[in-house]
Amino acid sequence: MSKDIKHKIVIAVTGLNAIDSPGPGVAVIRAIRECPDFEVRIIGLSYESLEPGLYMHDLVDKTYQIPYPTAGTDALMGRIQYIHEKENLELIIPNFDAELFNFMKLRDALKKMGIATFMPDLDQFEARDKMKLFEFGKKHDFCVPKDKIIHEFRELAQLEKDFEYPMVIKGKFYDAIIANSMEQVEKAFYKILSKWGLPIIVQEFIKGTEINIAALGDGEGNAISVIPMRKLYITDKGKAWAGITLDDESFIELAQKFIKATKWRGGCELEVMLSYDGKPYIMEVNPRFPAWIYLTAAAGQNQPASLVKMAFGQKVEPFTEYEVGKIFVRYAWDLITDIREFQKISGNGEL
Amino acid sequence: MTIRKNIAISDEGFLFNPTTGDSFSTNGIGAEIVLLMKKNILLSEVVDTMCNKYDVDKTLFERDLEEFMLQLKDYSILE
Repeated sequence: MSKDIKHKIVIAVTGLNAIDSPGPGVAVIRAIRECPDFEVRIIGLSYESLEPGLYMHDLVDKTYQIPYPTAGTDALMGRIQYIHEKENLELIIPNFDAELFNFMKLRDALKKMGIATFMPDLDQFEARDKMKLFEFGKKHDFCVPKDKIIHEFRELAQLEKDFEYPMVIKGKFYDAIIANSMEQVEKAFYKILSKWGLPIIVQEFIKGTEINIAALGDGEGNAISVIPMRKLYITDKGKAWAGITLDDESFIELAQKFIKATKWRGGCELEVMLSYDGKPYIMEVNPRFPAWIYLTAAAGQNQPASLVKMAFGQKVEPFTEYEVGKIFVRYAWDLITDIREFQKISGNGEL
Repeated sequence: MTIRKNIAISDEGFLFNPTTGDSFSTNGIGAEIVLLMKKNILLSEVVDTMCNKYDVDKTLFERDLEEFMLQLKDYSILE
């Protein structure tokens, strides 16, 4: 049932870090605030005291710290209940891979409290997991790179039988290192192990042009919005610092096929490598909006605002047009704040 | 060989390929050639038009045009 969103709706958003590998939260909020169809009060949910979004008071009305995902669902629920008592939350938009599992587990409990979410189901979430991507591709007839899940160091010795160099060594949540020799494979293994733990994914290296696609599914198999983007400038972490919207029907069809196959609910990002022989390989599926999501609003398909509408039960018709050649250029800005503000969030967990 | 339909070009010679996101700059003559080619005319008509308009040796122009076409093909401007 559609909920009235004429009043000032209260939306909690995570992912407020905006460092060189930024979270999507600030971009999500910016896009939501630009939608003329509703007014919002934005509650930031942060993990650390120095996430820049906390101090952007023109975007975020109030921020509360929440426990790290490793603390589990009980700790998260306790904190959400406290915040809900104060703010009367109506919608939560989680934006970090690592926290999604907990929020999905809490979906029904949140719903009972009157808090909406618009996320994929656990089954959808797990089907596109990095560790199952190859099986997923085979099942739904997508091009995906060959991979192997590594649980212990000694398995590395077998890799040369199945893979050619270079190989891509990936963490279960983030990070990817290209390795050109067994020595580099071993080094990458330890580096990623220390940061993200086991297992580690070894993936076939696909040469080509990297394309990213931001997509929004309605949970019934329809793609409400699809925007393909090519990175024009890449940081040393491989993140887009500038990008441009593309006009290529094949990428749109690929995302539509993905959303139809998974009945994806919510935002996602397909990382695609267009090989030199023209095959679009799905390298990864991120189960949330990407950090460059504001570009979708700028190009005429405001995905975060459409997600808000669908979360409140409104029917959103699929977008059919967007502006091609729209460019984003990210920049760093020294935001100035005060020790008192820092003290509030560090000491009280609220700002 | 024809120019891809969705290639955008400004009068100043800035080319944008919306399929790949690539952009290129060409000089005024290059821009004129691309704009002529976008009208879907034969390459021989491009040669005639340019040779009538400018004081240029036809053989020399054809050779330069061939080289320019190779560049356009390399950059996926042609199909």
